[in-house]
Amino acid sequence: MNNFTYKRAESIEDALAQNSSGGNSSYLAGGTNLVDLMKYDLTRPDTLVDLNRVDGHHEIYETPEGGLLLGAFVTNADTAWHPSVEERYPLLSKAILAGASAQIRNMATNGGNLLQRTRCYYFYDANVPCNKREPGSGCSAIPGYNRIMAILGTSESCIAVFPSDMCVGLAALDATVHVEGPTGSRSIPFADFHRLPGDTPEIDNTLLPGEIITGIELPANGFSKNYSYLKLRDRNSYAFALVSVATGLELDGNVIREARIALGGVAHKPWRVREAEEFLAGKTADSVHFGQAAEIILRGAVGFPHNAFKIELAKRAIVRNCMMALNPESQLPGAQPSV
Amino acid sequence: MEPYKSQIGQPVSRLEGHLKVTGTARYAGDYSVPGLLYGYVINSTITKGKIISFDTSRAKALPGVLEVFTHENRPSLAWFDLQYADMDAPPGSPFRPLQDADILYNGQPIGLVVAETFELARYAATLMDIEYEEEAFDTDLRSQQHLARSPKIGMATMLKPLPPKPKGNFEKAFNASPNQVSAEFFHGTEHHNPLELFATTTVYEGKGKLTIYDKTQGTINSQMYVANIFGLKFKNVRVISPYVGGAFGSALRPQYQLFLSVMAALKLERSVLVTLDRHQMFTFGHRPPTVQRTRFSADNNGIITALNHLAIGETSRFEDYTEVVVNWSHMLYPAANTLMQYKLVELDVYSPLDMRAPGGVTGMHAIESTIDELAHKSKIDPLQLRLTNYTEIDVSLNRPYSSKELRECYLQGAEKFGWDKRNPEPRSMRRGNKLVGYGMATGIWEANQLPAKAEAILTGDGKLKINSAVTDIGTGTLTVMTQIAADELGLPVEDVEFAYGDSKKPFAPIQGGSFTVSTVGSAVKAVGAAMRKKLFSIAKKMKGGVFDGTDLRDVSFEGGRIFITNNRSRSVSFQEIIVANDNKPVKLSKFSVPSILKLKKYSRAAHSAVFVEVEVDEELGVINVTRAVTAVAAGKIINPKTARSQILGGMIWGISKALREETIQDDGLGKYMNQNLSEYHIPVHADIHELDVIFVDEKDTVVNELGTKGVGEIGIVGMPPAITNAIFNATGKRINQLPIHFDMLL
Ligand SMILES: Cc1cc2nc3c(=O)[nH]c(=O)nc-3n(C[C@H](O)[C@H](O)[C@H](O)COP(=O)(O)OP(=O)(O)OC[C@H]3O[C@@H](n4cnc5c(N)ncnc54)[C@H](O)[C@@H]3O)c2cc1C
Ligand code: SF4
Repeated sequence: MNNFTYKRAESIEDALAQNSSGGNSSYLAGGTNLVDLMKYDLTRPDTLVDLNRVDGHHEIYETPEGGLLLGAFVTNADTAWHPSVEERYPLLSKAILAGASAQIRNMATNGGNLLQRTRCYYFYDANVPCNKREPGSGCSAIPGYNRIMAILGTSESCIAVFPSDMCVGLAALDATVHVEGPTGSRSIPFADFHRLPGDTPEIDNTLLPGEIITGIELPANGFSKNYSYLKLRDRNSYAFALVSVATGLELDGNVIREARIALGGVAHKPWRVREAEEFLAGKTADSVHFGQAAEIILRGAVGFPHNAFKIELAKRAIVRNCMMALNPESQLPGAQPSV
Repeated sequence: MEPYKSQIGQPVSRLEGHLKVTGTARYAGDYSVPGLLYGYVINSTITKGKIISFDTSRAKALPGVLEVFTHENRPSLAWFDLQYADMDAPPGSPFRPLQDADILYNGQPIGLVVAETFELARYAATLMDIEYEEEAFDTDLRSQQHLARSPKIGMATMLKPLPPKPKGNFEKAFNASPNQVSAEFFHGTEHHNPLELFATTTVYEGKGKLTIYDKTQGTINSQMYVANIFGLKFKNVRVISPYVGGAFGSALRPQYQLFLSVMAALKLERSVLVTLDRHQMFTFGHRPPTVQRTRFSADNNGIITALNHLAIGETSRFEDYTEVVVNWSHMLYPAANTLMQYKLVELDVYSPLDMRAPGGVTGMHAIESTIDELAHKSKIDPLQLRLTNYTEIDVSLNRPYSSKELRECYLQGAEKFGWDKRNPEPRSMRRGNKLVGYGMATGIWEANQLPAKAEAILTGDGKLKINSAVTDIGTGTLTVMTQIAADELGLPVEDVEFAYGDSKKPFAPIQGGSFTVSTVGSAVKAVGAAMRKKLFSIAKKMKGGVFDGTDLRDVSFEGGRIFITNNRSRSVSFQEIIVANDNKPVKLSKFSVPSILKLKKYSRAAHSAVFVEVEVDEELGVINVTRAVTAVAAGKIINPKTARSQILGGMIWGISKALREETIQDDGLGKYMNQNLSEYHIPVHADIHELDVIFVDEKDTVVNELGTKGVGEIGIVGMPPAITNAIFNATGKRINQLPIHFDMLL
């Protein structure tokens, strides 16, 4: 870990200005990912611009459109336990609480969660090739131990997974990311925020250099009646997903009016397939239809020697989670399987 | 006055507990001394080869960096292997840090930066320009099995006997048996990962004198190692280790931070702290990966006829680490025909190191899974099969057990668990959408005793102090020794001080193998008994003749006084005795040595019976150990509270071994990939459900004066097979590779 200058920003404008003063500068939020990367000597910013004292963007409030705005600097814990989130967007609350540990969620912020880096073992080891860390050096995971890697949207240069749980919930809910940058502010639909690795795996998302996430907006419909988040992993808490599924359903009796299904742990971004959701619209809510939707979602999936199981597992997880969504009361803490 | 209540058998809470939970207890890396310097270790990034050049100039140019030690500039050191050998060194040439340019394994320490602050040292360590010449390597046990060979024999073989000779004719008997089972098992590498990171603070006292705070399971082991290598006088090297934040075997051998800290302190003539980080905790000993093959057979009455157990373990290129993997089945099941084989494969890794129930937990998983399958094939209840083959003598060595209440463990455990409700048919029990399975297994671990010395001092205030070099690795040693000493003299625990963790104090061996209570406890008991005798002899000579006409058998020691048992009105206090001793404290010491001749006639072991319930989500594979009962027979239990904690810890570790824990190894790169506690999965609270511990009464008059067998390891031994057997009962699938990932059940 190198020496760095620590600066505290008072406002977004101040942060943008401090960040642009040249050199290699990083924004600091909860620090739960960034500081680890610095300690492992994987990133060496010479300046940290602390966003935690910026005025504004520390609240959660209702939007005039009937949705909810999550300030970027609100912690993951405060978001998950916020009454409006719990009541109107329980899917998001569940997804957040399935992630990390209570201690980490108390520090981690909503903005930072979107920007956490992959958990690929090889990315975290500075002494082995990794295209994401060092473009052009090669990918160690493809010939290596790839149990935790992606099965969808991979490329020849990277098969890493985006590890967030919260973002799987946000993807299913069709959130919008608000950012401010040196050239003004803009809004990015969630589906366009994270990207696939292609031949530039070093770029995780479409945020431009210097831009700051200020908030995440949820549309009015939170699928609060029929929802579920299922996380399958190597221990019951404090482990990243091998496969996770967020489901939101709008039902007319037994018939699906609208379905949302997003997968985590399988790709470089939360995975959503509109075709599958459209297929479900108008169908009865049963395991046969959910199974057919799962087939559509996993179309094109390719396994590697240690993770091929994820394809079948993801299909089963989708069906199970949709069934769990029909009966949210049955759900267990920690997004464990139920029903 | 209340009659004295024996402290042995009381659930006394850990005496140092409040210090630990309030953060007052200081560990090896917590000593700040004036002018302390900080070392940060540089580790090899290649697996095998040579360092061609090592340029430290960028680091050295930083203000505040005092020195960078490498193989090129290290002080000259001891020459002979023997000088590097510690009490737990296997046969071979112990690894010597910074010896030369050769790289023997990935992560090998190759340098030490010493700076004014830890942060600076860590940063400077990133500024090294090192060129290597890489060589081809092999770290994959399974692909190198054809190179397996017999292990070398050495000192370590004494406590780790090689397999017994074959008996009868295995092949013939196996082939003739109607019920046969063959199975192959694989266990991967595991790292101990105690919470406390390895650290050594070497306080430079001047004139070749050092006080060393070291994370160790043996203060005298570290002292000996340092004195031998650096050519120091024993009396000038004092090693202190008051608290240890877990070790599980990893601190049985002095680790490289000790060597580097001492080397830097001596050279720079300053005090130096070297702490490893979590990543570096994966750069020394580990539980070795092991391949096992079993072939067991039984006749139609369930009598086991033949046992063959082969284990192939990993070792390094420089030492032959061995463990007892294949000796257990014949200790438990008296088959007439046996073939036990144990082999090693040398790989480009660091030497493996004892980790909780080394070998035992590995071997017993294979043995007890195979027995379960044999029961299944023979259509006999697995518990019944074990009872049918129950033996009071250890047939493998043809000698009786000093005591063996395993049958009671089976019966009490089964009763508590509700084993009679088990349906033997796999996949027959359900709860909601989950398959339910019951499994059981036996545990066994040897009960050893080594020599140790203890000193007792009774002072003018009537209080007793006991001195021993032994450590307390978190098991409750301090508390238990205090209880033993208190009982000898009939004192309340508050009036006894057990002072330990200091190489200046009387000799104790390394703390491991579940032999500390038997070893150091026996010395404490012996010195306590000597103190009784001594106090009584002084009292007898006192004016007034209170004890005229009595001898030691006629008196009792209670609450700081000696009473005539039949006439309690006649007594003398300890304070009065000290006054009569010219106001001088009474001080004496005692060496306790196991009575080898007597012990040799018996096999000595702790036993357990483990019963487990699992729930398996059939579609998704997710496994939960919903209930477990362990019934333990381990001789006298000195403190049921700390003993229960040991068994619970072992059971949880058993869940970990069966379902969670693994060091991920990339054999293409020749290194471990999950070197942190985020990806090295040990169980979390949400993984642990109902756990029950039963201590079965067991009287043993052979093992040692206390009748104790130790409880440090026995808790883990039977858990993994009980879990995998329960998974078989639930799903009909036998997965013989640990840990079982849930996706293996899809
Ligand atoms: C051991 C461990 C286990 C974990 N397990 C899980 C898990 O199971 N599921 C899960 O979802 N997550 C998990 N996490 C990840 C955790 O959720 C993230 O680390 C956290 O959300 C990051 O938020 P932060 O505020 O701490 O970000 P920081 O670490 O401060 O920042 C992360 C990155 O985002 C940038 N940044 C932060 N905020 C902004 C902003 N507003 N605008 C622009 N840039 C910004 C920083 O410059 C940095 O590059 C785990 C983390 C750890 C350490
Ligand atoms: S999968 Fe991506 S992150 Fe992992 S080693 Fe390959 S390039 Fe690096």
